[in-house]
Amino acid sequence: MARKIPKIAVYKFASCDGCQLSIVDLEDELLEIGQRFEIAYFMEVTRAVKKGPYDVGLVEGSISTPHDVELIKSIRKDCKKLVAIGACATAGGIQALRNWASVEEFSKYVYAKPEYIQTLEKSSPISEYVQVDLELRGCPVNKYQLLEVLSALLAGRKPNTPTYSVCMECKRKGNVCVTVAKGIPCLGPVVQAGCGALCPTYSRGCYGCFGPMESPNVKSLASKFIELGMDKKDIVLMFREFTGWSKEFREVDRLIEE
Amino acid sequence: MSSQQKTYFALDAEMFGNIIDVLKDLGYTVYGPTERDGAIVYDVLDSAEQIARGLYDEQSPGRYKLVKKNDKRYFGYVVGPQSPKYVLYPPQHLLFKVRKDGKTFIPQSDGKKIAIVGLRPCDLKAIEILDNVLLKGPYKESVYEALRKDAVFIAVNCVEPGNNCFCTSMNTGPFAQSGYDICITEFLTDRSHVFILDVMTNRGAEVVNRLGCRNATAEELDAVSRLMEEAKNKVRKRLNTENLKDDLYKNIEHPNWNEVGNRCLACGNCTLVCPTCFCSSVFDKSSLSMDVAERWGLWDSCFSIDYSYIHGGSIRQSIMSRYRQWLMHKLATWVDQFGTFGCVGCGRCITWCPVGIDITEEANRVRG
Ligand code: SF4
Ligand code: SF4
Repeated sequence: MARKIPKIAVYKFASCDGCQLSIVDLEDELLEIGQRFEIAYFMEVTRAVKKGPYDVGLVEGSISTPHDVELIKSIRKDCKKLVAIGACATAGGIQALRNWASVEEFSKYVYAKPEYIQTLEKSSPISEYVQVDLELRGCPVNKYQLLEVLSALLAGRKPNTPTYSVCMECKRKGNVCVTVAKGIPCLGPVVQAGCGALCPTYSRGCYGCFGPMESPNVKSLASKFIELGMDKKDIVLMFREFTGWSKEFREVDRLIEE
Repeated sequence: MSSQQKTYFALDAEMFGNIIDVLKDLGYTVYGPTERDGAIVYDVLDSAEQIARGLYDEQSPGRYKLVKKNDKRYFGYVVGPQSPKYVLYPPQHLLFKVRKDGKTFIPQSDGKKIAIVGLRPCDLKAIEILDNVLLKGPYKESVYEALRKDAVFIAVNCVEPGNNCFCTSMNTGPFAQSGYDICITEFLTDRSHVFILDVMTNRGAEVVNRLGCRNATAEELDAVSRLMEEAKNKVRKRLNTENLKDDLYKNIEHPNWNEVGNRCLACGNCTLVCPTCFCSSVFDKSSLSMDVAERWGLWDSCFSIDYSYIHGGSIRQSIMSRYRQWLMHKLATWVDQFGTFGCVGCGRCITWCPVGIDITEEANRVRG
């Protein structure tokens, strides 16, 4: 086959490495991936680095320092296609909780010498600074979605990564709705599918790690949670997790009061 | 009822399990109502032991609760979140597989014959509607056809209709009129527990012959008639279907659409629990090795943005427009398209809507 082997680069910003590990976790497919792609830059896995440009860059983590900002801009130039992977890279991650507080204040308590810390006011998704070609959601990303993106890339087709609600996956699986049958608050109706409805499958409400679906009606779902007996304060906390800083979830406190 | 020519049989409750055994002996994969995670869902039955017993469901908009009573009733509940479409038109189904060497694989029916036990009259009507949509047009839905063709339906009349049922309005229940092979009425008193079997087809007769039933007595048939009258009166939710289609068309710009659009989550639950919602999309999978590709069918929903994606974008951006599209299809445009309503009054969409949006109330408000 005369096809050119695509070069992949995998990068990390502020994150826990879980999404990169999801790539490594593709155990059964790793050998095949190694044959079909050239792993040109993947520090989590190997120190061997091949020079860019790269056909596709997978970026984990959020932008949280001035250095990150410069780096992501040069990465964008190096990669023909840029895919942001995971809640940090697509919504700012759990570390974006500081976006509602003073980062200076935090630094004072955490670091012995806060003056050495150079950080931005906010933890932001990659798309805040550069154009992103595709976002893969999740904390961590779903390995089947990763595989789908890689296979689609090889075939030159659009990856199939739906943007509708988690409920769609739940119902197709035959799960019983935890909210309707047990009164458990679940973010599924406003959260994007892709995880295979993991939490509801184990009778828990969705935590929202895949972030907002295509047209989230946060206000209506919050009213439902109030009806289920939740405090407004707790509802805000429920939205402020992995993807709390996403545009659609960010203002949940204001939406509840409206 | 008792005046008809048909023969009605009676089966004592202790013998009920034989129906499942006979169906299995005849080579059917038997689906029936079982309890899982606090609801009644369809599952493959090895024996009647697995059927949920002594359970009753409380349903209201956005709420479902199973309650245990100390009786031995088999079918004390009505419909759960799954409809027969779950069995007959699986949520995700392989359409074909192609290999690089040019070989194409189209899944053929593996000859699996399905029997569904415990479907309700509204569900039988829903299957009739699906037949109309999926099999009567110029193109047949082959996956559905293969599973549907030899399927046997052992239906159950609803003696205790649920709070969200409005089958009397849609003329689909609470007692079955057609579409079954055998229809059962469960009859439980302090003194006796029997099933009265109404046999409609040869396939049904084949099952009954092997059961060794006795003929139902005149008293039993009278009792069934009484139960039917009582059941009708217990269906309290209503939707006035007179002029419904025209009233809806006239009110396409009614302000209530915006109001319900503010509450609707566009989650799609209503469409996936609905026994007649048939929309599906196709998607392709290709392997890393690049030598196999598959095409799959997948339940879709008019509540997703992609559903109305055409060149240039989605034509139903607002949630309001998606809700309106759905309700209008169920109760108006379906009539023009297929000659019946797209709703059988099962109430599933009302119960399983997380925010409890009620199709009957919304239709009434819009006409109002
Ligand atoms: S529209 Fe609702 S009530 Fe009507 S058949 Fe569908 S789920 Fe049942
Ligand atoms: S009507 Fe209810 S179930 Fe249907 S999409 Fe809207 S919120 Fe979801």
